[in-house]
Amino acid sequence: MTLALVVGALLAVACAVAVGLPFLREPAVSDDRLVSPDELERRRLSLAEERDRALAALKELEFDHRTGKISDTDYRELVGPLRRRAAEALRALDLRAEHAAEKRVPTHG
Amino acid sequence: MADLGRAALVTSFLLLVYALVAGSFAAWRSRRRLAESAQNALIAAFASTAVAAVVLLSALARHDFSFSYVADHTSRELPLGYTLTAFWGGQEGSLLLWLLVLTGYSAAAVLTARRVGREVLAWIVPTLGFVGTFFALLLAFVSSPFVTQAAVADGAGLNPSLQNPYMAIHPPMLYLGYVGLTVPFAFAMGALLARRTDERWIVATRRWTLAAWAFLGVGQLLGAHWAYVEIGWGGFYAWDPVENAALMPWLAATAFLHSVMIQEKRGMLKVWNVLLVVLAFCLSIFGTFLTRSGIIQSIHSFTQSSIGPWFLGFICLVTVASLALVFARLPLLRSKTRLESLVSREATFLYNNLLLVALALTILWGVVYPLLSEAVTGEAATVSKPYYNFFLHSFGVPLLLLMGIGPLVAWRRASLRALGRTFLWPLAVAVAGGVVLLATGAGSSRIGVIAYTFSLFVLASIVLEFVRGTAARRALGGVGWAGAFSSLIARNRRRYGGYVVHASVVLLAIGVTGASAYQTVRESRLKPGESMTVAGDRLVFRGFESRTESNHRAIRALVDVYRGNHYLGRYTPGKNQYFAEDQVSNEVAIRHDLLTGGDLFLIADQVNGDGSIDLKALQKPLVNLLWLAGLVFVGGSLIALWPDAREERRLVERYADATVRI
Repeated sequence: MTLALVVGALLAVACAVAVGLPFLREPAVSDDRLVSPDELERRRLSLAEERDRALAALKELEFDHRTGKISDTDYRELVGPLRRRAAEALRALDLRAEHAAEKRVPTHG
Repeated sequence: MADLGRAALVTSFLLLVYALVAGSFAAWRSRRRLAESAQNALIAAFASTAVAAVVLLSALARHDFSFSYVADHTSRELPLGYTLTAFWGGQEGSLLLWLLVLTGYSAAAVLTARRVGREVLAWIVPTLGFVGTFFALLLAFVSSPFVTQAAVADGAGLNPSLQNPYMAIHPPMLYLGYVGLTVPFAFAMGALLARRTDERWIVATRRWTLAAWAFLGVGQLLGAHWAYVEIGWGGFYAWDPVENAALMPWLAATAFLHSVMIQEKRGMLKVWNVLLVVLAFCLSIFGTFLTRSGIIQSIHSFTQSSIGPWFLGFICLVTVASLALVFARLPLLRSKTRLESLVSREATFLYNNLLLVALALTILWGVVYPLLSEAVTGEAATVSKPYYNFFLHSFGVPLLLLMGIGPLVAWRRASLRALGRTFLWPLAVAVAGGVVLLATGAGSSRIGVIAYTFSLFVLASIVLEFVRGTAARRALGGVGWAGAFSSLIARNRRRYGGYVVHASVVLLAIGVTGASAYQTVRESRLKPGESMTVAGDRLVFRGFESRTESNHRAIRALVDVYRGNHYLGRYTPGKNQYFAEDQVSNEVAIRHDLLTGGDLFLIADQVNGDGSIDLKALQKPLVNLLWLAGLVFVGGSLIALWPDAREERRLVERYADATVRI
């Protein structure tokens, strides 16, 4: 019974400490808000997903063509728009990265 | 010690309530430290539930019959292994296992979900907390494993059908599967609550879903093998409601694993995918409800209890709340992409999804209908094997065919000429196989010939996929056949792991068809020295022998098996009489034929007072492919689950700025 009581008490204390830890570690903070991606970051995420999707689709198309699942005619028809999509996403991501870099490095004089 | 167990469960309950309430508030009001505190509460709940589990295990190991649970489910003569597995042999213990796995999964998911985004994680925590709260509430206040009593001299023992080595692995596997489906559900709900419908929740739960699905699949196969060797009726799946309870969420999860690829590759089916995740989760809770509520009569449902209404209320609440949330977020889930062609890989995935969901829902209706009819008319209608078999044939056989068609069709669209080229060899193999089957007399079962022909088509298409893929990779230069083969799999583990899983489903289909459509059954009353014949094997009954073990008396019939004049061996079907439980179990004898993959299955139906036996013998061709399918399934799942360093690097780059930093 004694052992059970001790273990139970230790468990309760350990759990209370774990739950209170973020407040014990930072008793007073200037900013307690959850950081969530802003509109720009969400746009970047969406572009990155679009880029990956287009690049993966290109890879799939190449592979399907090499394994004979896609005819030459279909391949020629499909590859152009996919390359354009990937290029557009890459270009948009580059532009965004440049803007972000310009924001970080202010110009002097 | 029972006090410690109770205290640990109440602590778990309080922590989970905190994770739910404080977590929701933190996510709603965007409070960082409170959100972190709620995460810690979720992790601490695992620790306190683990303490409760250790207390119960220790009570079982010590035969502490002051615990009602221990007294009700074990006895002093019960071997230690079964004494420990009695942890999940009863309702309270199995609910504790549920909570232990759930809090374990929750802690692991939260600790490894940094990529999902802090704002989404903030909503995932209360969702997991909500599910955990329900189970902790049941355990702490409604159905506790720590109820005590005046210690009795000996316990009531464990149900004999649970005294089997599979008891050690089958239920935990199923639970890892059932409970694992909570993770994708919580992540999907978290993403919707946070209004983030990008792919992060899918990427974060990819392996969780695959692992839960694999556990559920392996758990079912182990259960089928358990039923085959232990229950003693000669089958492995009886469309029992509790068996169906595990199959339904597995089917929904299978549909999700396919359709989620369309979302990842084409940005389509966002609403459908969320609905599938909700369906799979609700079906897993429904499965637990069926097993635990005592609402149905089943050989697997070994408990009668009053927790049914709690489960029913929880299922209704989850279903309504999830659907309302999906409906509220519909504008965010709209897809800009459309299906380009009805003859494309994504279209075959869509057909596969419709068939899988249709099969899951018809099975659900078969399970629910008797309950509804009893509630309305007072008499339970029976939904039996023909109903399920009809829908299995209607949806399952086309599904089998689609498994062969899908890999041969390109993404986006496929021309007739390209289709003709890719289908040529698989079709030729299937037609040739069909002709051989008919010529060798397999036409006695039409569904058997169809299933085998389709199976050959699928196997040929899978082999062709590996061959063509390896050849294409080799053509890039620099590697030999072996190098090209391993690089092919390493570069797309999900796809080729998936093909291996498809091969396992084909083996399963061949095994099930052989054991059901082509089995031979013979029954006869034999006196010592008399014989019977089944599918060419002569069985000679020689008499009985009996022995007494620690917790039962075993009686065995001695049956010598001959093929022609060749002696194949002695087999000993019989019965066990369990003392503490006062129950009798059937103990079957099985002769495995490794060359043909078939079994000779012997059941001592009746041991008669005059020294005779009612012997039932079943010859089950190819049935062992079912168990081989399990091994192949595990192999395919492991390939698909294995981390891909290239993919990881790409995701790290993609989510670099959105990753949670602690």
